[in-house]
Amino acid sequence: MFDVDKIRKDFPIFKNDPGLVYFDSAATSFKPQCVIDAVNDFYTRHTANIHRGDYDNSFIVSKDYDDTRKVVSKLLHNDDPDQIVFTAGATASLNLVAYGYFLDHLKEGDVILLTLAEHASNILPWFEVAKKTKARIEYIPLNEDGTFNIDNYKECLDKYNVRAVSLPYVSNVLGYINPIKEICALAHEKGALVNADGAQAVPHIKVDVMDLDVDFLGFSAHKMLGPSGIGVLYAKKKLLEETTPMMNGGGANARFNKDGEVILKEIPVRFEAGTPNIEGVLGLKKACEYLMDLGMDNIRKHDDEIVRYLIGKLSTLDNVKIYNPRSECSIVAFNVEGIFAQDVGSYLNSLGIAVRTGNHCAKVIDNIIGTTETIRASVYLYNTKEEADKLYGAIRDVTLEKCIGAII
Amino acid sequence: MIFDDNLKRSILLDHYQNPHNKGLVDDERYHLIHNASESCIDDIKVQMLMEEGKVKDVRFDGVGCTICFASTSIMSDLIKGKSKEEALDIINNYYNMIEEKDYDPDLLEEANAFDTLSKQANRIKCGTIGIHAMEDLIKSYDGQ
Ligand SMILES: Cc1ncc(COP(=O)(O)O)c(C=O)c1O
Repeated sequence: MFDVDKIRKDFPIFKNDPGLVYFDSAATSFKPQCVIDAVNDFYTRHTANIHRGDYDNSFIVSKDYDDTRKVVSKLLHNDDPDQIVFTAGATASLNLVAYGYFLDHLKEGDVILLTLAEHASNILPWFEVAKKTKARIEYIPLNEDGTFNIDNYKECLDKYNVRAVSLPYVSNVLGYINPIKEICALAHEKGALVNADGAQAVPHIKVDVMDLDVDFLGFSAHKMLGPSGIGVLYAKKKLLEETTPMMNGGGANARFNKDGEVILKEIPVRFEAGTPNIEGVLGLKKACEYLMDLGMDNIRKHDDEIVRYLIGKLSTLDNVKIYNPRSECSIVAFNVEGIFAQDVGSYLNSLGIAVRTGNHCAKVIDNIIGTTETIRASVYLYNTKEEADKLYGAIRDVTLEKCIGAII
Repeated sequence: MIFDDNLKRSILLDHYQNPHNKGLVDDERYHLIHNASESCIDDIKVQMLMEEGKVKDVRFDGVGCTICFASTSIMSDLIKGKSKEEALDIINNYYNMIEEKDYDPDLLEEANAFDTLSKQANRIKCGTIGIHAMEDLIKSYDGQ
């Protein structure tokens, strides 16, 4: 049984800040005690570098560090922990794919396919790679409501010499789930590779990389109950073999001599030069275990229930426009007529309700939903219907005057 | 001049709903600055005409939140007709208020409505974006 009250007890922030209503987990999630303890334990009991010391603490920490790959692998329904590269987060993973792999594998005339609903982290690296390789970026036209259009995608694959497709698995603005499995199958028919930005997917839905047959998938720990500054790149083994590390140094080489001959270590360690974010990895392990204990399907069901409830409530209000009434995953995007999103955000803040307002790093989405700024309420496994009621009540009662009153 | 909250609210609401000096003019003598915020919706253009060391006119237009429009509107009233030195002095006093430093409330008139904006870290940008443009515009006339 999925028991939210019990779950909330695992998160010390609810005890420390009992009035807070948090609907911004798409930005970053709260952390359960077990994750905090894992990080703390590294500092207070088992401080050691990994794979270097001939003493117990180093063995213990190294084993935990290596085991994390297995746990992440399991979360992704993958069978080879060597395909799990630790990075600094989703942005770092996306950059490693763009620069480490595609910079060497694209040439003039090749096409990189994106959509207009991308997070900046999944657009800006591609701009650079396109500039450097003279490959071209094309955008798959989305449906009017921002959902993915598979026919448009097929047309793009037919029309262009597509080599790379990079898409969010779940959009961080509208919460739609892209059909990555189908996207991969169609791309592979044309010999193109697919990079899925998993930042908003891995925390919320069951991700099975083998079934999806996805080529690259990156995500951040901090959005899935883990620490900041740590994330993962999953990639197919053969592609990792062909990826150039973005950093070189200690821990990534097996041997080198003064003439510059270097033998790099095996995959995935070769991508993790320097002392890594060890405590981050240990925290990530606990976060994955916590999620798997609850069950990703149960989490999704819960998130969905709250999202549907919130959308149902908000859609009874005449002055509210919801941009993603069919949201599939954890996100409700809306505006209050006549009041700018930021002003509503300030008002909600004065009531102890945290949402995100703005363009959510997706600067080009206004081409689709006709606005640059929205209020985004994002839901996670610890949110309740009572919290949704509070948000609804605040939005029902909001006026421009109240917003100004909240600011001055 | 310290306002109570009701008065503050009605000053801001009034300037937001009926901003003063809004709408740009097509006149080459005016200097123009375009300022946009990376964190808020604010994206405004401000125009200024300085003659004989005086702020003859200030105009602005664009999209902005309540704080952006109200602060730009109020400041445009305050510095219009003032000498360069007087206008910069008003602007500096405004910055000092926002930064919780000593300032002279008598110079700021309706802008005193923002005397607690310093507590809203994420909105300070909104309350200064138009005013920064005015400061830069005044300085853009230096040496002319
Ligand atoms: C869809 C998407 N991609 C990438 C990122 C970047 O994640 P991070 O800032 O953790 O690198 C985010 C986070 O906001 C996101 O929502």
